[in-house]
Amino acid sequence: MGGYSLGELKSILVMQGFNGLSLFCVLLLMALGLAIIFGQMGVINMAHGEFLTIGAYTTYVLSTASARYAPWFHTYYFFFAVAASFAIAAAIGYGVEIFLIRPLYRRPLDTLLATWGLSLIMQQAFRSTFGAKEVSATLPDWLMGSVKPTENIDIPINGMFVMGLTIVLTASIVLLLYRSRWGLSVRATTQNREMAGAVGIDTRKVDRLTFALGCGFAGVAGAAFTTIGSTGPTSGSLYIVDTFLVVVFGGAQSLIGTIASAFTIAQAQSTTEFFLTGSVAKVLTLSAVIIILMLRPQGLMALKVRR
Amino acid sequence: MKRRTSRTRAFLFWTLVVSSPLLFFFFFALAAASAGPPTPQVNTTGLTVTDTEVTVGQLHSATGTMAISETGSIQAERLAIDQINAKGGVLGRKIKIIQEDGASDWPTFAEKAKKLLANDKVAAVFGCWTSASRKAVLPVFEHENGMLYYPTFYEGLEQSKNVIYTGQEATQQILAGLDWLAKEKKAKTFYLIGSDYIWPRTSNKIARKHIENVLHGTVVGEEYYPLGHTQFGSLINKIKLKKPDVVYAIIVGGSNVSFYKQLKAAGVTADKQTLLTISVTEDELLGIGGENMVGFYAAMKYFQSLDNGNNKGFVTEFKNKYGAKSVIGDVTQAAYLGPWLWKAAVEKAGSFDVDKVAAASPGIELKTAPEGYVKVHKNHHLWSKLRIGKVRADGQYDVLYESSLIEPNPFPKGYQ
Repeated sequence: MGGYSLGELKSILVMQGFNGLSLFCVLLLMALGLAIIFGQMGVINMAHGEFLTIGAYTTYVLSTASARYAPWFHTYYFFFAVAASFAIAAAIGYGVEIFLIRPLYRRPLDTLLATWGLSLIMQQAFRSTFGAKEVSATLPDWLMGSVKPTENIDIPINGMFVMGLTIVLTASIVLLLYRSRWGLSVRATTQNREMAGAVGIDTRKVDRLTFALGCGFAGVAGAAFTTIGSTGPTSGSLYIVDTFLVVVFGGAQSLIGTIASAFTIAQAQSTTEFFLTGSVAKVLTLSAVIIILMLRPQGLMALKVRR
Repeated sequence: MKRRTSRTRAFLFWTLVVSSPLLFFFFFALAAASAGPPTPQVNTTGLTVTDTEVTVGQLHSATGTMAISETGSIQAERLAIDQINAKGGVLGRKIKIIQEDGASDWPTFAEKAKKLLANDKVAAVFGCWTSASRKAVLPVFEHENGMLYYPTFYEGLEQSKNVIYTGQEATQQILAGLDWLAKEKKAKTFYLIGSDYIWPRTSNKIARKHIENVLHGTVVGEEYYPLGHTQFGSLINKIKLKKPDVVYAIIVGGSNVSFYKQLKAAGVTADKQTLLTISVTEDELLGIGGENMVGFYAAMKYFQSLDNGNNKGFVTEFKNKYGAKSVIGDVTQAAYLGPWLWKAAVEKAGSFDVDKVAAASPGIELKTAPEGYVKVHKNHHLWSKLRIGKVRADGQYDVLYESSLIEPNPFPKGYQ
């Protein structure tokens, strides 16, 4: 790194640090929904990426609609879009649970196939509705651009927005799981479905709500990702591999594990990317994950469950 | 005896009365068909050609990941074929299309190519988009002796009797663009980035050779990211640290959107950084959003905003057929050339036979091309111009520069 002034190196360090954190938040945001569904219910939801896409298209539709019918609203529409994405994705998730997932609870491999089929159907539905070409939601101006604390440092606003949203969502999911009646039933169901049922918890209802909530979170992530990524029929598939990686590496059933895993992967990825190149960084990160999973198949943190 | 004769006469008379309209119709039909030469003369190899119709194939991805890009090509080829049919077809025969879906899956492309050539016996195929799909069908076309019109700009290093490449090969798209940067922007240092597969890697290799050996500049970084990569923060920081005169970008697909959105969010905009891409057409700009790329440059042979009579007509007809909101990128225009070049070659050869069409192709000129004048080289690529466009916020380009006609050179010496 010869030939650079100390000031430049310092500001790059700051920006790179922010980049690592921002990547951490992106990974966590897309994994949260899956962590609930896969972690708590054991359902391998291959259509998770498509629920993200639902959020992205919701944002796009609202952006276009507000630009056309209510320009004054365009500055604030994004908050509304996040909420709407949650509602729509959760509602669709609720329906999917009833019609597709419930009959397959005892057959994890079949849910894998069924949800993969669902993802294909949803992709084609997006393509038929919105066209094969990628679309772009016009973002309000305050979301674009960067904050400049000093001359050389640019902190992207959309990165901060994603970060804020991640913190809010993570906090709410932690509160829901550990401080609410619903969370108690979810944890009870996760630990021992029969016993939970025996003490009067409606496990069916818990499953439905959990699945819908997970899908809703995916929708929110999708809305947030319109600020940093693409919106097209197959955009969801860009995220699905990383999402599973984070959840499995963190250890299923452990929310703290998911957070720790997102953090580890993000830091490893962004540091190696900076010193090496993109493809090499991916190879190194994936190899590290594989080796760690070989040594510790239960993932970084595993809940102690009596089986 | 007499009566008999009169009966026979009456019979003959009535036969004539009844059959004369039929006969008339028959001769008329014959006359109509003979607007073109008789079929046995123009088709000696058993292609699907009748007195009134000739069948061609269309092989693109209408579903799957690549549908995003290939839809434009499908539409452009259909438009060209409709226009040709409206003008009377080829050698007096209307063109009939059999469309197959490659479904973004390369083995499927090969399978469908085989079906089109071996079962349907089509006279020509307009199709493929990615290099991977072209490589998959190439052996089929060579084995079955078919004719493929391939529309995408690509990495070069290929030439086949059975393929006409209507897009630009790498040197046509790259060298003039780099020369322009060196001359207009006084660029000395370049940062090369791309998606990690054959086209960006080969193109950057050519770019690097040209920068180092011809322009005497320096490549300060060269990096590839997996297809579908969505996080470019580290790369953007490296660009900021190294401050190259030019970022030379060949990123494709959904990654494109992430890259340019994050670039803008990180404050790397056109007033501070020169960026030239060879992979963002008007189609991609739809997804990226013009406002996220304003002021960056693209090097292509065609932009929708080209100001000439051919192009204005083409854009109007395209929008009439596919909606006012549709956009036309470089590849879409190149796909539009395919049917016209094939028509010209068939008429020059006076035959649909693939061997004769292939032999007649070199030297074919198209003065009606939306991009202007093009001509088929004996290596089956097109002579074409290179243009530099500057991104506008509305998702179109301002054309700043136009080269002279560039000779295609798919196997460039000193660049491999």
